[in-house]
Amino acid sequence: MVKDYIITFENVTKWYPLYNVFSQGFKSFILNFKNSLQNLKKKKVVLNNISFSLEKGECLGILGRNGAGKSTLLGLIAGVLHPNKGKVKVKGKVLPLLELGAGFHPELTGRENIFLNATLLGMTKNKIKERIDDIIKFSELEDYIDQPLRTYSSGMITRLAFSISIFIDSDIILLDEILAVGDFRFQEKSFEKILELKEQGKTIIFVSHNPADIKKLCSKALWLENGKIKMFGNVEQVLESYVEML
Amino acid sequence: MKKNIINYYSLRYIWDLIVILTLKEIKVKYKRNLLGFFWSILNPLLLTLVFIIAFKGVLKIHINNYLLFLITGLFPWQWVTNVILSAPNILLSNASIIKKIKFPYEILPLALTLSEGIHFLLSLLVLIIIGLFYNLKPSINWLWGIPLLLLAQGILIYGLALIISSINLFFRDLERIVQVFMTMLFYLTPILYDIKHIPQKYIIFFALNPFFGIIYEWRTLLLKGYLDIKIYILYLLYSLLIFIVGLKIFRKLSKKFAEAL
Ligand SMILES: Nc1ncnc2c1ncn2[C@@H]1O[C@H](COP(=O)(O)OP(=O)(O)O)[C@@H](O)[C@H]1O
Ligand SMILES: [Mg+2]
Repeated sequence: MVKDYIITFENVTKWYPLYNVFSQGFKSFILNFKNSLQNLKKKKVVLNNISFSLEKGECLGILGRNGAGKSTLLGLIAGVLHPNKGKVKVKGKVLPLLELGAGFHPELTGRENIFLNATLLGMTKNKIKERIDDIIKFSELEDYIDQPLRTYSSGMITRLAFSISIFIDSDIILLDEILAVGDFRFQEKSFEKILELKEQGKTIIFVSHNPADIKKLCSKALWLENGKIKMFGNVEQVLESYVEML
Repeated sequence: MKKNIINYYSLRYIWDLIVILTLKEIKVKYKRNLLGFFWSILNPLLLTLVFIIAFKGVLKIHINNYLLFLITGLFPWQWVTNVILSAPNILLSNASIIKKIKFPYEILPLALTLSEGIHFLLSLLVLIIIGLFYNLKPSINWLWGIPLLLLAQGILIYGLALIISSINLFFRDLERIVQVFMTMLFYLTPILYDIKHIPQKYIIFFALNPFFGIIYEWRTLLLKGYLDIKIYILYLLYSLLIFIVGLKIFRKLSKKFAEAL
C-alpha cells in the first residue's frame, strides 16, 4: 500500500552561490577582477542529494551542528527556497513560526500587528476577527494590546507572535530554534500548546539544540551532516547516536 | 503564472492582503507625527517657491500663472519620486518575512504604490484649493479624467517599482543609479517647462520618457479642462507594457528572493 506522505524530498540538492558579483557591487568586482571571475563559478553545496519522506501527523526533529543546513531544509519546505536539483513535495499549508518581531511594525499597536501578521501568514480578515479575542487572551496582553509595539518588551513580542501563530490554520508547523525565547512560564505554556497541536494531528518539524525537547515532542529525527543525512528514523535511536557523537 | 496565483490564494485573501499592507504604509507614514501630511505637502510647495524664484524671478521664463503651472506638474511627480526612491528598499525592509513566509510578494510594491497614490489624491485636493485662489477653473471633465490618469500613472509607477525592487536585491548599486536617474528624469520631463519649449527636432526623444505624456495630460486636464484621448491611450499602453515586463522580471527573480536577502 502506498503511504500518504505529507512531505517528500526526492534527491534534493541545494547550493548557494559563494560570491555574487551584483550584490557585492561592481567596484569590488572590478578591483579584484581575476579572483572575482574564479569565485563566480564557486558554489556552496548545503544539501547534497537528500531523500526522505514524512507522514501526516508525524513530528520530525532535526539535528545537526551550526551551518549543517537545517534552516535551508525548512526554507525548502516553506517554499521560500527552491531546490537546484530534485523535487520537494509538500501537501498542505505550511506555517513557519517567525523569529522575534518578524512581520511586526513597532509603530502599530498590538492589535494592528495581529491583523498584519496573521494576514501575512495566510488568514483572511474575517477569520482574524473571529479569533482575535482568543489570540489576545492566550498572549495575556489584554492590558497592552492597544499600545504601540515599540513599548513592548521582547518577551511580550514573543508572546504575541506565538499566540498569533497557534491560531492560524495550517497542516505543517515549522519551528526553527524558536521555543528557547520568552520567559520560562510562557515557554512551558507554548510547549504544552505545541503538544496539543500535535495531538490534533498537525505535522511538526522541529529544529532544536536540546535533545530533551526533541525527545519530548518528536517521533522521528533526522540528523544532517556535511550535506547528507547521517541518520533518519526513530527518535530514540537517532538521539542515542547523536549524543554519543557529541 | 497569474492563474497560479489566483488558484493558490483566494481573491478575498489577496484583497485583504493589499488592504492591510496599504493601510500599514499609510498609518506608519502619518503616525509618527500628527503633522505628517502637512510636511509631505509642504515639500512640493517649497520646491514650487524655489522654482518660481529661479525661473520666474531670475531667468524670466514666459509662462502665465507659473505657480499653477508648476504645482500641476510637481504634485503628480511627487507620487513618482516617493515610490521610486523607496522601491529599492521595499523588499530589503521586509527581509525577515520574505525569508520565512511564502506569500504573493508582488503586493509589497503594490501597497507602496497605492499608499503613495492615496497620498497624492489628498494632495490633489490641496492643489485644487490653492488653485482656486489663482484662477483655476474646475471642469466637469475632471470627474472622468482624474481617475483615468490615476490609473495610467499607477500602472506605470507599479511596473517600475516591480523592476527596481526586485533587481536591487541582486544588484545593490541600483539604488544609487535610481537616485541619479530620477534627478535627471525630473529635468527631462516637462515639469518646469512646457512641451512647446522643447525644440521640435528633439521632441521625439523627450516623448520616449513614459512620464512625458502623463505629466502633460495632468497639466492639460487641470489647467485647460480636457484630456487628449489619443495621447492618453498611447501612454496607457506604454505603461501597461512596462508593468507586464516588470511583473515578468519580478516573478522570475522572486524564486531567489529568500536566498539573496
Ligand atoms: N542565503 C544564503 N546565501 C549563501 N549562503 C547561505 C545562505 N543561507 C545559508 N547559507 C549557508 O549555508 C549553510 C547552511 O545554513 P543554514 O541552513 O542556515 O544552517 P543551520 O540552520 O543548520 O545552521 C551555512 O554555511 C550558511 O552559511
Ligand atoms: Mg538555522
